[in-house]
Amino acid sequence: MSGEEALTARDAGLVACRRCTRVWPRGRERCGRCGARLVSRDPGSLSRVWAWWVAGLMAYVPANIYPMLITDTLVSRSEATIVGGAIELIQHDALGIAIIILIASVGIPIGKFVAVAYLALSVQNPARLNAHRRHHLLEVVEYIGRWSMIDVFVVAILSALVQLSVVARIDPGPAALAFALSVVFTMLAAQAFDPRLIWDRIEADAEADGPEGRSADEAGPTPRGEQA
Amino acid sequence: MTDQTDLHAAEPAELIACPICDALYRVEEPAHGERAVCARCGHVLIAPRRRAGMSIIMLALATVILTCGAVFFPFLRISTAGFGNSATILDTALAFTDGPLLVLSLAVLALIVLVPVARAALTIYVLSPLVFDRPAWPGAIQAFRMSEALQPWSMAEIFAIGCAVALVKVADLATLEFGPAFWMFAVLTVVIVLQDRWLDRWLVWNTLDREVARAARTARA
Ligand SMILES: [Zn+2]
Ligand SMILES: [Zn+2]
Repeated sequence: MSGEEALTARDAGLVACRRCTRVWPRGRERCGRCGARLVSRDPGSLSRVWAWWVAGLMAYVPANIYPMLITDTLVSRSEATIVGGAIELIQHDALGIAIIILIASVGIPIGKFVAVAYLALSVQNPARLNAHRRHHLLEVVEYIGRWSMIDVFVVAILSALVQLSVVARIDPGPAALAFALSVVFTMLAAQAFDPRLIWDRIEADAEADGPEGRSADEAGPTPRGEQA
Repeated sequence: MTDQTDLHAAEPAELIACPICDALYRVEEPAHGERAVCARCGHVLIAPRRRAGMSIIMLALATVILTCGAVFFPFLRISTAGFGNSATILDTALAFTDGPLLVLSLAVLALIVLVPVARAALTIYVLSPLVFDRPAWPGAIQAFRMSEALQPWSMAEIFAIGCAVALVKVADLATLEFGPAFWMFAVLTVVIVLQDRWLDRWLVWNTLDREVARAARTARA
């Protein structure tokens, strides 16, 4: 056993509760403290990740094809898709806002699909990034994932607010529902991921990384104390 | 450092396993203001704070009051060419009214109002007896579990940023201004972040363990 390989609950013949961190003898089915189902390593984790990932991708396609916002003004009626709305903003010299919208609605969702797929594949195959980097990636995906919902809220706010009889009115398009579903599905994909799978491969990855990878972190069986 | 044979011999109740990387440690409760961090992956395992329970209950109360207030006041006002309109949270949540979009209305209402209020109420229910050193109330464990499961689905803070984006988006169409509910949501964002940062989950579970057993004993006696 190499230096950075900490003793895990599984190594000790125990099973840990991921919800409340209590440890139980292997073979127990439910946590006696919080009632959560106990699995040393969730064997169904990856198939659930992929199922939600595919569902999210399938919802993301119509989210880009159908209009997100339907704007009626005195002179015109326009139906804007996510990308179409951003292009319109560029034509109106609002490049900054267009970039924000493109990042929130196109960049982040696609980045999430790539990141979750990479993490799921990295559990089955040797990975280029070490466990620490991949753990950070998962944390970022879980954190940013929720923020994609901002676009749905903006559509809801505009639709509720801009109802000025004949002067201007904004209504939501079908893409709003598809986009919301896509965000929810990718959040569920990230939540389904069992992060312990990333750390289980640390030994194999350290070998693939070469000597620098091995000395990168040192873990002992006591937690670090830290000033908050 | 504890050696590994020692860990093997220890009772499971004396141990803690990192939920991220499964590393096993002997529980050593750090002093107030310090944190026990997983040496392998950096996850914060235990982080006790002085009087955290009481502060969290206060923040949860603030969440309930602010959210309920924010539901009834308008958060954005719009005016253009003599026409004006203002929107409350309820208007926004019910913006998607036809057909399948109705589902979206209910989801928006849940994400920005129902889930944050439910989490705050559950937190108050779980922590109140513990803070006053009383046996846990019935169902406290299920309540805390549900509050934890709801965490990622509480999106009041994202909605607050959404208001700002909406303001920019229709800037050339009409004049927009923030109403009182917007500022309530802005405060709420800070409150919710603090509430999550101050909560020491391990300590709550550990105390619940003890107090639920105590409640069962007093019920028998
Ligand atoms: Zn548990
Ligand atoms: Zn860890």
